[in-house]
Amino acid sequence: MSLINPGFGLVIWMTLAFGILLWILAKFAWPAIIIALAEREKSIEEALESAEKAREAMESLKLGNEELIKEAKDERDSILKEARALREKMIDAAKGKAQVAADKIVEGARERIESEKKAAIVEIKNTIATYSIEIAEKILREELKDKKQQTAYAEKLLKETSLN
Amino acid sequence: MSSILHRFEAISRLAIISIFVIVASYQLSAQHDTHGTDKTDANWETEVEHEEFKAGEMIIEHITDSYEWHIISIGHTHIAVPLPIMLYDEGKFHFFMSSVYHHGKEHNGYFISHNDMNSGKLVRKGANGEEIRPTLDFSFTKNVLAIFLSMFIMILVFTSVARSYKKREGKAPKGLQSFLEPIIIFVRDDIAKASIGEKKYKKYLPFLLTVFFFILLNNLLGLVPFFPGGANVTGNIGVTGVLAMFTFIITTFSGNKNYWLHIVNAPGVPWWLKIPVPLMPFVELMGVFTKPFVLMVRLFANISAGHIIILGFISLIFIFGEIAAGAGYGVAVVSVGFAIFMDVLELLVAFIQAYVFTLLSALYFGMATEEAHH
Repeated sequence: MSLINPGFGLVIWMTLAFGILLWILAKFAWPAIIIALAEREKSIEEALESAEKAREAMESLKLGNEELIKEAKDERDSILKEARALREKMIDAAKGKAQVAADKIVEGARERIESEKKAAIVEIKNTIATYSIEIAEKILREELKDKKQQTAYAEKLLKETSLN
Repeated sequence: MSSILHRFEAISRLAIISIFVIVASYQLSAQHDTHGTDKTDANWETEVEHEEFKAGEMIIEHITDSYEWHIISIGHTHIAVPLPIMLYDEGKFHFFMSSVYHHGKEHNGYFISHNDMNSGKLVRKGANGEEIRPTLDFSFTKNVLAIFLSMFIMILVFTSVARSYKKREGKAPKGLQSFLEPIIIFVRDDIAKASIGEKKYKKYLPFLLTVFFFILLNNLLGLVPFFPGGANVTGNIGVTGVLAMFTFIITTFSGNKNYWLHIVNAPGVPWWLKIPVPLMPFVELMGVFTKPFVLMVRLFANISAGHIIILGFISLIFIFGEIAAGAGYGVAVVSVGFAIFMDVLELLVAFIQAYVFTLLSALYFGMATEEAHH
């Protein structure tokens, strides 16, 4: 039963030793450790917080960037559309001008052909008239070869003229 | 401040070195003794040889305090650290070294008792043959030395850790610092903050940390079977009593109005339990004293019980060995297996008991400083 019989000396020594230990550690060890731990925790917390803030800023920056890209895309699309419309318009205008020019050329050609044709017809008529006169001359010369016939024809012509 | 720290370091180093010097010198003298064997020595040796193995005595001897720190016996050479004995008895002081009891004799009329209540303690014979303890026994015993050793270890370790916190400010912990930091944070967050509250825990944290590491270190050192471990410090009722007393004193002195009012007039209890017979106040007042008492007994009993079981398994080897050597070796296989199992369990208990003692102390401080709810 000596197990539950505390030794007086041991109790005194233990009180002394533990008291000294508590005093020394409470003065030289624990405050430094506790303060250092608290400070480090604080700094870690702050670091985490600032990281979170930076992340948020990045997020908003990214969002802005996306908007900017979208705007740029829209602008590009509208510019392209305008360009396409302009091209169409330009092509149409060019086509119209070309038609007018072609029509003019065709018209000119036709007029020239017409006038040439007329000139040709006139020439043909003249030639025919010349030929007819020559033919008539030849015929008349043949018919009025003897005097009798000449007189008869003259008398006939006279008769016709006097009647008129 | 740093110069004081360095002085502590120097003192503790000196203490450790001097202990080893004492051990070494004593070893030499012990060897010398065996060479110059005289008549009484021979008698004593034969006596020892024929002594029966008594498991109970061996176990009690191992878990109680001792006047010398026995390290090992090789043949008839006993190697032990002799420790100073200081007595005050009958108006006189007595100082001598424990080595005078090397041969189991008495000195100045004082001898080591084998009697139940005083077994292992110094006594003298009274007029009627009864054993009388000296009035005051301040002897620097094995447990006292173990306490001082662990005190120096703790001062060394924690001042060096504190220094590395200053040196490596704001950086990640390293070495010993990183090993102890999670435990310190555990005591701070899960014991102190959780039990006492965010506002007041800081005042009690140094005590809680000191108690936790003191109990843990001594629990662990108690599991080491040889010097400088092996002293059953936290399994000694005197040591746990002092620790519990510290908790009691701190609790009592930090008790606020609410705490004392709660004892005198416990809320939520029918009035007839308080008036005219103050039954509840009496029970509450009892509780003030039973709390530290339970702290004392719990730690002492848990640690001692673990040691007794391990020593019991080891004793089995020698009990069977006395019957037949072969039986001893056979049982040794099983016994050592069980002893290892118990050692591992004790390792767990070392942490649990340190935790429980600290947690309950913190809870008592929390109760003492709790503000009224309404």
